[in-house]
Amino acid sequence: MSRISFTDSTSREHALDALLLQREIEAFYYLEAQLLDERRFEEWLDLLTEDISYFMPLRRNVKYGQHAEFENTRQGVDAAWFDEGKHTLAQRVAQLATGIHWAEEPLSRVRHLITNVQIGDKTDTPADSKEVEVSSHFMVYRNRVVDETDIFVGKRTDTLRFEDDHWKVAKRLILLDQSTLLAKNLTIFF
Amino acid sequence: MRESLIATDLIDGDGGTIARDIFVDEEIYKREIKQVFGRAWLLVGHESQIPKPYDYFTSRMGEESVIMTRDKTGKIHVFLNTCPHRGMKVCRYDQGNARVFTCPYHAWSFSVDGNLTTAPGGLVGVPHYKKAYRGGLDKSQWGLVPVAQLVNYKGSIWANWDKDAVDFETYLGDMKFYLDSVLDQRDGSPGGSEVIGGIQKWKVPSNWKFGAENFIGDIYHITSHRSVDMVSIGPSGAGRRDVLKGDKAAKIVIPPPAFGSIGFPNHGHGCIGALPHYEEPDYAPSFTLTPIVEEYYKEVYHRRVENLGKRARGLAPVGTIFPNCSFHGMQPRALFTWHPNGPQEMEMWKWYLVDADAPDEVKNVLRQYYLRYAGPAGLTEQDDMENWNYATAASSGARAGLYPYNYQMGQGFESDARDLENAIFTSAVTEQNQRLFYNRWAEFMDADSWDALHPKNSANHADILARCQQ
Repeated sequence: MSRISFTDSTSREHALDALLLQREIEAFYYLEAQLLDERRFEEWLDLLTEDISYFMPLRRNVKYGQHAEFENTRQGVDAAWFDEGKHTLAQRVAQLATGIHWAEEPLSRVRHLITNVQIGDKTDTPADSKEVEVSSHFMVYRNRVVDETDIFVGKRTDTLRFEDDHWKVAKRLILLDQSTLLAKNLTIFF
Repeated sequence: MRESLIATDLIDGDGGTIARDIFVDEEIYKREIKQVFGRAWLLVGHESQIPKPYDYFTSRMGEESVIMTRDKTGKIHVFLNTCPHRGMKVCRYDQGNARVFTCPYHAWSFSVDGNLTTAPGGLVGVPHYKKAYRGGLDKSQWGLVPVAQLVNYKGSIWANWDKDAVDFETYLGDMKFYLDSVLDQRDGSPGGSEVIGGIQKWKVPSNWKFGAENFIGDIYHITSHRSVDMVSIGPSGAGRRDVLKGDKAAKIVIPPPAFGSIGFPNHGHGCIGALPHYEEPDYAPSFTLTPIVEEYYKEVYHRRVENLGKRARGLAPVGTIFPNCSFHGMQPRALFTWHPNGPQEMEMWKWYLVDADAPDEVKNVLRQYYLRYAGPAGLTEQDDMENWNYATAASSGARAGLYPYNYQMGQGFESDARDLENAIFTSAVTEQNQRLFYNRWAEFMDADSWDALHPKNSANHADILARCQQ
């Protein structure tokens, strides 16, 4: 993570660029949250690149010192909550739109709170594309039917790509801060 | 409160109804923890989860935590995960590698091997042993509590708290044939499955039996999966699984054999599956979205034809081993347990299986398919849990509780399943397996000991067939 000092006059221009980027990325996340919470899932899909990788590992309780190696299941190899691309995400959206996907019929009330947005060093990319790595924290509240309430808290590490004049999510690693999932299902997006 | 609880009174075998109480009542729940989970064979894990000496995996039997370990000779043990001194869990990790488990509370330590002790799991270290106990502590009596019986069946590890329980294969009866179809390699050679790393575990506000009864033979509920069929998550595009229809099915010269509900009333197990057959059905393409996987399965098919020759074979997309282990035997392929967390909650655990010797790219395609189908994020299974959640909640209504559930479908139309011992078969959609599951459940609830539970002493199979002939 880069350290930003807005008062360091030697790099004021650089700092302003960083601030604008920070604001731009936050606005992107707020838009994304809005689309999801307003159930505009088709529009949300447009915020994802065609080659998006969407991964939420399982998390295990392991001994001190073994977290790096064993805490999270591995993408592409192990079981996970999600390890998929846009095709499957679009199928999830299509399933919601059938009106007979009983786990989300009636639809839940969902609210995404996105915080702690930290922009990493710019990823090395070819000159004609622009990518940044961004981490953010989330608290996602779900209430459905009468008294079913779930709170999902965790961290997302995204690669955002500037494409067609917009930021899009090209890669998303979602660390949910639960080991045994405390909800009966994961019918929502993170 | 009841004067006395007699479970068979809750199950009306002749009328085909079952009291809602069995899904919500605290007293019934406490009794089933003791009578069912204390005496039945329970799935604990898979040997591929602990490949090296001293590897361990913490699992559950009923409500309680157990540790599955492998000692230096390769032998697998299962112990209750609680310190005999003051109860703290001696292992608080989901998996790892340890020769010794040391309790965090007072540091009593236990040897996996039984090194310096009298038995595996034995108490080896006690702080201030001489000074504090003055020679009065017999360490040989205070090791970790081992299960009474343990078996490694084709890689799957099962345990039982009751030393008087019948051995695992007697417990399975001919359901063994269908468990084999899950655990054997797709080419027909015995065993050889492995677990994909990471066990999905999640809590569902449902009585555990709703899961077990669904997987034992509920094909009637496909209507609730209509939405996933519409979006087509199957390995060849259409639907949610590879099913041959229309022209493709018509080209099959040797068709898949008699298919339906197969149940074992004297044991409590059942599945949806094909009766034993002695010739492999014609090759049917699968995983056509990924040609490399389809090619692999074509090759596996030819190996299977050769390996099995004229020997009996079975197949079972879904099934339940009484009481709380179910499986998906084909697509997707997994073992799972319904752990009881009180009458109105269960914890589901899911072990996804692949052939150990399959190429990595095949394993990966299978893994991706399994994850989009199954588990709490699976497009198919999400809807199951919604149903069980609300079925459980409705079972406790003061008024609703007066009305038993209907399990009458297909009753009286069972037939003797050919080539299987003590088995019944119904070819169409039926609730025969749910009925036999709860009948067996009531026997466990009411029986004083395993003598009364031995499958060979049971008249259930004969009774069902006698009822059909009336």
